[in-house]
Parts: sequence; structure tokens; C-alpha cells
Amino acid sequence: MHIVVCIKQVPDSAQIRVHPVTNTIMRQGVPTIINPYDLFALEEALKVRDHHGGEVTVLTMGPPMAEEALRKALTYGADRAVLLTDRHFAGSDTLATSFALSQAIAQIGNSFGTPDIVFTGKQTIDGDTAQVGPGIAKRLNLVQLTYVAKITSIDLSARAITVERRSEGGTHVLKSKLPCLITMLEGTTVIRRGSLDDALRAARSEIVKWSAVEAGIEDITKCGLRGSPTVVKRVFAPTPREQKAVQIDTTEKRVRDIADELVASIFTHQPALQHELSSAGSA
Amino acid sequence: MGTRKTKAPPPAALGRASTKKDLPDHFKNYRHVWVFIELERGQVHPVSFELLGEGRRLADQLGVQLAGVILGPPGDSTRHAVAEAFAYDADLVYLVEKPLLTDYRNESFTKALTDLVNTYKPEILLLGATTLGRDLAGSVATTLLTGLTADCTGLDVDADGSLAATRPTFGGSLLCTIYTLNCRPQMATVRPRVMRMPQRSNKPVGRVIRHDLRMLEDEIVTKVVGFLSDGQSENANLAYADVVVAGGLGLGAADNLQLLKNLAQTIGGDYGCSRPLVQKGWMAADRQIGQTGKTIRPKLYIAAGISGAVQHRVGVEGADLIVAINTDPNAPIFDFANIGVVADAVSFLPALTEVFIRRLAPGNHIRLVN
Repeated sequence: MHIVVCIKQVPDSAQIRVHPVTNTIMRQGVPTIINPYDLFALEEALKVRDHHGGEVTVLTMGPPMAEEALRKALTYGADRAVLLTDRHFAGSDTLATSFALSQAIAQIGNSFGTPDIVFTGKQTIDGDTAQVGPGIAKRLNLVQLTYVAKITSIDLSARAITVERRSEGGTHVLKSKLPCLITMLEGTTVIRRGSLDDALRAARSEIVKWSAVEAGIEDITKCGLRGSPTVVKRVFAPTPREQKAVQIDTTEKRVRDIADELVASIFTHQPALQHELSSAGSA
Repeated sequence: MGTRKTKAPPPAALGRASTKKDLPDHFKNYRHVWVFIELERGQVHPVSFELLGEGRRLADQLGVQLAGVILGPPGDSTRHAVAEAFAYDADLVYLVEKPLLTDYRNESFTKALTDLVNTYKPEILLLGATTLGRDLAGSVATTLLTGLTADCTGLDVDADGSLAATRPTFGGSLLCTIYTLNCRPQMATVRPRVMRMPQRSNKPVGRVIRHDLRMLEDEIVTKVVGFLSDGQSENANLAYADVVVAGGLGLGAADNLQLLKNLAQTIGGDYGCSRPLVQKGWMAADRQIGQTGKTIRPKLYIAAGISGAVQHRVGVEGADLIVAINTDPNAPIFDFANIGVVADAVSFLPALTEVFIRRLAPGNHIRLVN
């Protein structure tokens, strides 16, 4: 079977800092990583391939430096990597991104075999929208299975797949058909360490690089800023609260006395809490 | 509810007016504000009521109507959802009642909702950013080729009537305001608890517009074959808890989470954590509080050993009272907490738990007032 995994190279958000005066993002020196949620999608894809045979193609859209993320994905054991890179993609929102990726996936299908499953992470850590996966599914007319916690079974001959999908307050068991698009939940599986063989192979692998035209995109107006219905008009820092916290004086006091003072302060701020806590707690 | 109170218009029209272009003709008759009412397993998700509150405000600012959209099976639960939509101040309800809408499936719900939009043409469509809402919103927006802004924390109407959707960006360190300028409807999702729960009124009825769904069960590829409930114990509803205590890296070690749980149990609260603890694997992802986790609005929130990065802040700002315990007097959490204690959470939490036990013991609170 053929599996395509869409990944994204993102700045490591834990290390992003905002300039205190200008309120702009300080990008210098912020390392980039594969979107952590995508690693669960990649791992699940590799597991399915290892079990059922076939190939895993990783795909990303981004600047030329996104090649690093693809090479990293190859070290985990992916078979092929495709980089979709073109100035025309700059400024893409989720609708334009899902258009470009779906065109590239169709082209991957033409070149390397039609995919049976397309995987994405649940969302990215920089955009946090969770919209691109569903967008790709809709454009390629694939069955859409989001927030998948577990692939229970795949029956290739019957083209059937059973998954557990996370939903509010529980998990739905869904029976569906291939081809499908799966967005994978985090924490669902242990991510492998790539083998030495894979690392060596990744280093010498040729990465397929496609421009918009090479990916089969004819209508460039559907890409980038022009193809994006949403426009970011303003970026700003949250307004600070006018009053800072009332500090409980902790100088030369026993911990218990500080705690006493804190509880008294809580009940002074919100007198109703005294009754509510005493009836709710197990004290 | 439903007061025609308009806020001062934003200082500059950033939306449509800034482009100096007219909305394409075929979108000019898109009017009214819609809220998708999420109905799963017979229950309306509370985020739908929170959105009706927001939708009411937007509709009043625009001088248009607020509609609830209900997709469900024929029967009591769907009827109940219709009544609730009116109780939360919808002017009208669009209703698609079909047995094949019993369980949420992307295919049937996407078709039902896009059919409604194409027929009745709303200018704004709001959905909850739940697993269901996000699954549906992405498909609907792509089908309609319109803009969708996820996880908004603020919704407003610009001077020229454009929807200004504000959401955190760059991992929650900044906010950005996003517009959908040339397409309709303008779609947005909002996470549970981000918006205030509006007052429920007793408005019993309103206009119901029924719509058909031309789809057969055989056309739907995905079948729901089971549901495994989380039960109520382990996966408590953190987002809707009245009292929450949460820990961060200041707890030092995974073993110290017990101190947090002891305090939570003592005061009848739920517990959670900041993002780094999930990344360290100390706590399950569904207990993360912040922009990429749960948003909470408790009456009391106690943050122990949490520094208070913006991404955490946006998830807790709706709390009535925020208490912060941190060793660093300059920690950003003291900028938005109400009460601060500069102390080591590990030694302070047991003392705090003890004081609560003492003060909350039956009979004690009467004596201890004053």
C-alpha cells in the first residue's frame, strides 16, 4: 500500500520570545522542528507500512529549508520525501494550504502510486487550527477520520478500516473505507528511534522538489495570499491587567501562617467560596 | 439578554473598508448570524449556548437575526435542543431532522450544513472548537471555499460590518485579528469556556425553518459501530469545574503531583497542569490548561509553580479569582493573578491543604467568619 504523511516544519514554540518593546516575534536563533503532532502521524504510517507492506511518502510545503524536516522524517524510516516549495505559496492560509497539498498529493499519486491513506497530525503547534487535514480530505474526496487514537484494523482486500476516534467524553469506534485521510491524535504511540541504516539512507536520499507547476497546479491564483480568503490585519500583545496580584507578605513567617493568610484573603475576595468549598470538598 | 447595546466602534475599520473593494455581488445578500448547535448523544454541548451569547451580541450590532442550526434525529433530544436554542435567545432555528443524523458523521453533517448555508445564506457562521466542531468546520469551509478562523478568543463587528475574529498566534505569545474579506459566510470556531455562559431566558418558542437532507444511509461510507464512554471519574470535566488547581514545572518532580491532587480533593476541585508537564509526560494531555489545552472559568483557580506564559494565561483569564504560588517574584503569572504568594509550591501546598481542612471542617466556617 502507499501512504502519504503530511508534515510541517515549525519553530519550536517553547523557545519563541516576544520582544518586550516592539511586540514582535524574535525569530533569530529559534530552532525549527517537525511539528510534534506530525510525528505521531508518521509513526502510525510506518507501523501500518511495516505490517501491510508498501511505501511511506512524506510531504511538506514550505521554504527550501524545510528540506531538513523531510530528511529527519527519512531517518525515522520514511521511503520517500517530497518538498513543495514555491514563492507563490507565501502567505497561504489553511484553505490555500490544503489546496496546494491536495494537488501535490494527486501528483504523488500520478508519479508513485495512488495513496491508500493520507496521514496528518491533529494540528500544528504554530497555527493550531486543525483545518488543513479536513481541507485536504474534502478536496481529494477522501473519507475523513480526525482525532484518531487507534487504528484497530485494516483489511486491504475489503478496503476496510476500523478506527477509534476521540470525541467529547469518549471514543467512537468507526468503520470506514480506504482511501481515507486520518488526522492522528498525540500520545497514541511510542515514536521509534530510526535505525542506523535509515539515518545513512536519509543522508544520501534525493529529496523530490516540486514547484507549483511541477506539482500540477495550473491555477496559481488559488495559492498563497491570493488564494487565501482570510487576512491577518493586526498582530498585538495582550493588554496587561491593570492591577498586579495582591502579594501575601511572606517575610520571616512560618509556612502555615502564610497559608492561613492566603486562605483568609481568598475568602475576603470571594466570600461565597467559603460555603461552596466546605460543601464540595472532602475535608 | 438581547439588549441593543452597541460597543464603541473600533478605532479604524480594518476590514472591508481597508481594501476599498466591494464584496462580490453574489455575496451581498448573505445576512444574519448562525450558530451551529452541537448535539451529540442527545445532549447539547454547552459551548453552543456560549456561542449563542456571542452570536446575540454580533447580531444586535449588525441589526440582523440570530439563528441556531440543529441537525439531529427525529425525537425528544432534537426537540429539546430547539427549545434550548430559543431559551438562549435565538430568533429562529434551522432544523434538519433525519434518522441518519443520529450520530455525527462528517459526510452527512457537512452536506446538511453546506446545503443550509447555500440555501439561506448567513453572513457569519460560528461553531464550537470541539472535536466535532473542528471536524465539521474544516470540511464545510473547504466545500464553500470560504475563510475559517479557528479557536477565536474575541469576536467583534467592525465599523463596516466585517467580522473581526481575534485569536492567539505564535504559540499564544501574541494575538492577531483575522478577517474573511471577499467570501461568505465568515466562519469561526471558539473553544468551550472561552466565552461567558449567557443567561437562560424563558422564551419558549420562535420560528423553526425545516430543511430536508437528500442523502441515503448507503451514501455514507463511515459507520459508527460503538462508543466507549470515558466515564465520569478519571476524565472529569475540567473545563467546567468550579474550582481548579494546577501545577507547573515549579513542582519539581512528578511525585509532587500528589500534593496538587490532595489540595484539589480537599476543596472539591479538579486538577490540571501547564503545557511543560504534559510534554514531560507527567500528566495526560487532556488535563493541560492553556491555549492548546483546556480553557477554564472556575470561581477559584490556584496555580502552583506555573510561570504564566501567555499561552497559559489565555486559558485561565476567565477565572473569578486567580491565586498564584511561585518562587520567582517576577514571574508573569503575578501580572494577571489576583492574589500572589512568593513561595515554593512543594512546601507550600501541604500547608495550604492543612489550613483548608481546618477551616472547611463542618461547623468551623460559622465560627471562623470574621
